[in-house]
Amino acid sequence: MTQTEYLIVGASHAALSALQAIRMQDAEGSITMVTRDDALPYSPTVLPYVVSGRSAPERVALKDGAWFEQNKVGFIRGAAVTKVDAAAKRAKLSSGEEIAYGKLLLATGAAPILPPIPGLKDVGFHVLRTLDDAVALNRALPTTKQAVVLGAGLVGMHAAENLAKAGAQVTVVEMQPRVLAGYFDAEAAAIIEAAFAAKGVKLLLGAKVSRCETAGQGARVTTDNGATLDADLLLVAAGVAPVTDYLAGSGVAVDRGVLVDDTMRASADGIWAAGDVAQAKGFYDEAKTLNGILPSAVEQGRIAGQSMSGDAAIRPWPGGVPLNTYTFFGQQAVSVGSQDAGEVVRKEADAQHYLKIVMQDNRLAGIFGINVPFDPGVMWEIILRRIDLAPVREAFLADPQKTARTIMSRTWR
Amino acid sequence: MGAFNTIAFKPEYCDGCNACMTACATAKAGNSDILNSRIQIVADGETFELAMCRQCADPKCVANCPAAALAKNGADGVIEWDGTKCVNCLLCTVGCAYGGIVHNAAVGHVVKCDTCDGDPACVKACERGALKYHTTANIYNEVGDLEDLFVPGLAGCQGCNTELIMRHTMRRIGPDSVLAAPPGCIPGMGSVGYNGLTGTKVPVFHPLLTNTASMLTGIKRHYKRQGREVNAVALAGDGGTADVGFQSLSGAAERGEQILFICVDNEGYMNTGMQRSGCTPFGAWTSTTPVGERGKGKTQDAKNLPLLMMMHNCEYVATASTAFMEDLYEKLDRAIDASKRGFAYLHIYSPCTTGWRFPSAENIEVARKAVETNFVMLWEFNPRDGLRLSRSLDDARPIDEYLNALGKYRHLEPEQVGHIEATLHKNVELIRGFAEGRRHAMA
Repeated sequence: MTQTEYLIVGASHAALSALQAIRMQDAEGSITMVTRDDALPYSPTVLPYVVSGRSAPERVALKDGAWFEQNKVGFIRGAAVTKVDAAAKRAKLSSGEEIAYGKLLLATGAAPILPPIPGLKDVGFHVLRTLDDAVALNRALPTTKQAVVLGAGLVGMHAAENLAKAGAQVTVVEMQPRVLAGYFDAEAAAIIEAAFAAKGVKLLLGAKVSRCETAGQGARVTTDNGATLDADLLLVAAGVAPVTDYLAGSGVAVDRGVLVDDTMRASADGIWAAGDVAQAKGFYDEAKTLNGILPSAVEQGRIAGQSMSGDAAIRPWPGGVPLNTYTFFGQQAVSVGSQDAGEVVRKEADAQHYLKIVMQDNRLAGIFGINVPFDPGVMWEIILRRIDLAPVREAFLADPQKTARTIMSRTWR
Repeated sequence: MGAFNTIAFKPEYCDGCNACMTACATAKAGNSDILNSRIQIVADGETFELAMCRQCADPKCVANCPAAALAKNGADGVIEWDGTKCVNCLLCTVGCAYGGIVHNAAVGHVVKCDTCDGDPACVKACERGALKYHTTANIYNEVGDLEDLFVPGLAGCQGCNTELIMRHTMRRIGPDSVLAAPPGCIPGMGSVGYNGLTGTKVPVFHPLLTNTASMLTGIKRHYKRQGREVNAVALAGDGGTADVGFQSLSGAAERGEQILFICVDNEGYMNTGMQRSGCTPFGAWTSTTPVGERGKGKTQDAKNLPLLMMMHNCEYVATASTAFMEDLYEKLDRAIDASKRGFAYLHIYSPCTTGWRFPSAENIEVARKAVETNFVMLWEFNPRDGLRLSRSLDDARPIDEYLNALGKYRHLEPEQVGHIEATLHKNVELIRGFAEGRRHAMA
């Protein structure tokens, strides 16, 4: 049986960030990284660009073999963890191998949710979460004439854009009344929706799929308002959920994800979790939520690695702030913070530009823009530090980018 | 991983002229639109702030990149952007809390500072000295692996400049050395030993204040007779050099003994209770030049010890400051070399946080201000080329910037400041005269 001081399950941002944090503190302790993918570490976020052909699959690896060697890490790929015994500190792999660990990090990420649509299981469809998924979609692009995308989140919208650019007639079906409902309000979403409509992408919003069935080589999708859509390519992008099935019976407390404290410790001794699989406290609200975004995975991974290796410089998780960036047809949308944890103090929108600022007691709660430049990382920090903007309120509202840079330069430069 | 060069910004010198941004935009985008500049100076009322890439050691932009398009170059520390891998997702801009990587709509992708391959256009364009390209990291990369010849835990005061000088100089001079440390802070902090142990990893001895250069002469000659190449080094305070130790020093210099004599000048007998020395400047408070109803600090000017040594026509004489380490190291190398032929004298200014009354974190800043106001002048001399300035004496900062930084000048009255200014002017003209005399002689 393999023995390892640190066992890291998963190989994306949270896992890699944890690994680096461990090595900063503990240069020698044995580390084993296990991932179910049979590939070098990659980011799920890059996959839409593999679909479009912008990124070659062999060029998206975040780390290579030499890096694992240099960091003295045993890298096992193509093997999922199937069972964890928290009391005995052992993990079982799909290959049958068992690993005895000192400390375990769960960074198994998330997997696509398949909505309970009658007939879905019997038709051929795509999802987009793994490199294999992306390569399969990329291969299907040239022959796709009619595509249906279920879900107008980031994955669905990216895919719809790529399919449209490849010449397919694309329809997106979304239950919410607008696209990207998690990040933008109706006015902002309208700008994005207009850009898609201008490129011939049909958006069926506030619509629910009631049935799927096989039709010829493809699938036929029927919505609850009676529309019928034929697709030679069907992509299900209805969101993701943390991968936690292997924890059944392990004693690790799981709600929607693995419940963790402010140092990413799970409920069982010697186990941490970080990234999309973890459910940690929110910034605006102490309740533990999923905040499955890349920047959170990087932060949580680092905190977990510091906690696992006893790094005294650790700073506890400040709470998840929803944030994201989204580029569509050459335009930029940025969302930092909460839409509703305060009052809207500035909002303006035209056909091409959008800016909204939300404040709570002169403290920034959220800032949202389309084709309006500001530094999301600086805004995130201003939110986390709860900086009192009262002395610069007017300047901030007039020119958030410049004022935020001034605050940054004065406060933490 | 080594240390890296870096672009540093001093907001107090910036006047918002935007020349740096114009230069960057021209270098990187081929036009002068400052929106294309990767260095952004932001006006904040009368002062100026900065947004640009810091080339972080543990860069979050890199960690946040899903496409492996950003990576820190292990050789020069620059975070490099690979346009063939970038997918324009902007997640790097979420990771950066400094506004250092930004989407540029004109070019359609993120841009960031690449330090112009080690020759940054912004720094060259800055005429005010607000932007500097610090290459001092080279020193670390060159000497970082050399052995520190003092033990850890020397009992210097917090923020001691002298300890820094000891460790830097001996590390470079190397283990084939015999070190003389006459009474003062240098032995006082433990280098010559306590409880039967020595704090120095080379043979070290503790001469009297009066006979340092004489004893070193004997030791150097003894080793020469044995046929051994040994550096005979003194690390002495200004009291032991300029006052009580001057007779033996002058003799050894005149005879051209092959010695490297380093004076660590903290302008007084700081180890024994901060008494004045011949190097204490006019107006300075010390415990023997007190400030009270009648006393207003020292009433005489300091003697110019490095000039006195120059007049001995030594093989090498130089002044140096820990705020200008590259210059210090170059002079140290020349001094080590010269000491194989004759007498080498290195005068290093060492602000004393305890005796001069300033916060211990500000030592290097104080040392820098001393040089930038011309209170301390950096030059070197050898008998063939005469005196050469290491740094221009033009465009000096006002002397107030230096005096106001130090508690030992807090009591100064306007006429005292006037005297200091007049003396400073005289000293500057004196050194300038020697430097120009050299130029005339060379012409």
